[in-house]
Amino acid sequence: MSAMTDTALQAAPATKARGYWATVGRRIARDKVSMVCAFILALIFLSAIFAPWLGLADPYQGSMIRRLRHIGTPNYPLGTDELGRDMLARLIYGGRLSLLVGILPVILAFIIGTSLGLVAGYVGGKLNTAIMRTIDVFYAFPSVLLAIAISGALGAGIINSIVSLTIVFVPQITRVAESVTTGVRNMDFVEAARASGAGAFTIMRVHMLGNVLGPIFVYATGLISVSMILAAGLSFLGLGTKPPEPEWGLMLNTLRTAIYINPWVAALPGAMIFAVSICFNLLSDGMRSAMDIRN
Amino acid sequence: MLVYIARRIVYVIPIVISVALVCFLLVHITPGDPLVAVLPADASQELAAQLRIAYGFDRPLPVQFGIWLWKAVHGDLGNSIATGRPVLSEVLRAVSNTVTLAIAAALIGFTLGLFFGLLAGYFRDTWIDKVATSIAIAGVSVPHYWLGMVLVIIFSVQLNWLPAVGAGPGGSGAWGWDWEHIRYLILPAITTSVIPMGIVTRTVRALTGDILSQDFVEALRAKGLREIHVFRHVIKNAAPTAMAVMGLQLGYMLGGSILIETVFSWPGSGLLLNSAIFQRDLPLLQGTILVLALFFVFLNLMVDITQAAIDPRIKRS
Repeated sequence: MSAMTDTALQAAPATKARGYWATVGRRIARDKVSMVCAFILALIFLSAIFAPWLGLADPYQGSMIRRLRHIGTPNYPLGTDELGRDMLARLIYGGRLSLLVGILPVILAFIIGTSLGLVAGYVGGKLNTAIMRTIDVFYAFPSVLLAIAISGALGAGIINSIVSLTIVFVPQITRVAESVTTGVRNMDFVEAARASGAGAFTIMRVHMLGNVLGPIFVYATGLISVSMILAAGLSFLGLGTKPPEPEWGLMLNTLRTAIYINPWVAALPGAMIFAVSICFNLLSDGMRSAMDIRN
Repeated sequence: MLVYIARRIVYVIPIVISVALVCFLLVHITPGDPLVAVLPADASQELAAQLRIAYGFDRPLPVQFGIWLWKAVHGDLGNSIATGRPVLSEVLRAVSNTVTLAIAAALIGFTLGLFFGLLAGYFRDTWIDKVATSIAIAGVSVPHYWLGMVLVIIFSVQLNWLPAVGAGPGGSGAWGWDWEHIRYLILPAITTSVIPMGIVTRTVRALTGDILSQDFVEALRAKGLREIHVFRHVIKNAAPTAMAVMGLQLGYMLGGSILIETVFSWPGSGLLLNSAIFQRDLPLLQGTILVLALFFVFLNLMVDITQAAIDPRIKRS
């Protein structure tokens, strides 16, 4: 194995070709839509992370005399909510939980699903059947129904939301990972590694992972938009975050009664979810075409 | 073809049993005793023990599952704890309202999706394509429950054209296809239609693009076929996949209606699920999820069979 790598290194041409990831990066950097989306997402992420240092009003501090102020009120650029709390502060602070609960399940499912799919696809046989048939059961539920069923059974809470959404996404990522792995498994270079005596684990980690990660990653990025909508949706139903935490789905829920008094303030949290979701979708599309993946 | 159908049906049986198992177990991963929902707060130990036996919670889990499954197969999903009425009849009544909503949404979503998708596929990389794909991506990215709220703000609160909640005047339960009822259907149906619209647009656009770049299209044009006839070939080739995607979307609309039904207080299976969750009405929760999931499995089966019937390439694979 090491002998092979050595000869391969020596045989490499003197002028180094640009690597695959560098090419992909350059293509994305040239795509205007992707760059705008990346910029908006960076803005939302950074302001959420650094919210305490931005000189915002206290997102928990309400006031009975200044409830449901309109957008553009002096000192309250985005108005106030049903308890008189500053909307701008709550929207920015709200990004913390909303993004966490929206993105963490996809990251967890990416790790679990990729591992399961890689093993199922590489080992094949009975193990593949066992893993993939179990996955099929979850496909018998529409994802919204599955997320709500699990959350409803587990009860409201942030951790329960994350768990239920992870369970929803693991099967989807596993399926993609398995099909990509099966495609790569029979390629010559894997055969070569096997012939040179590499063990199954080494082959999976060294030779397969790098080749299957790209498509799975792009798929997972696309799932973030679904996950954001579902995570906020669980809170909207009262199955996620509990008051008074600022979180976009929950804010949308508590402001629903205010649509007759101050409709556009009530609609603001949803606009945030929409912005994050569409940016991740466009970014995923941009990456897909940069990596030349066909679905 | 019959062999294919038989094989698909045999394959569905273990799925159905596993789905039932998942629904059954849902109640048992619930933190706390499933009895909590039924028991009055000041119940005595004896009463709790009696109820435990009455509901069969004292037996081992596999036995409980067996009994539950046996009853379920015979159409007995138990009684709702909140209302005392049989779960199955409650669920079916609600599902019929959800079906009404899903059909209306499918009409809007699929028509627009096919239209935008064909347009975008045909005029690839032109401004038409850009507009159509932008609408599609907005459709799949929008939090639909929020879109529902925004539509209510515009058409109910500001313009006062359409009702904001409910499924008929005076909160009546009976549905009818007259204007008095259809007024209530418009906003929820539009809201439900945006996701399928986006997905169908994206699918049909990709399909049309792929088909148009194939050699046989070149051959048809070289033969001197008029563009309208070439178009017919494109439709014929895109139909199986497009229909499969639409069938699946119909299933998602039926099973995933909880958020929209909550926004519009639409008395369907989603609203039922919502109240089952928050009243901790476990038999109703279990039953609703089971019926919706079985609907989805059945719809998937129908899609597979229809697809195989119109596209002989699928049967062979």
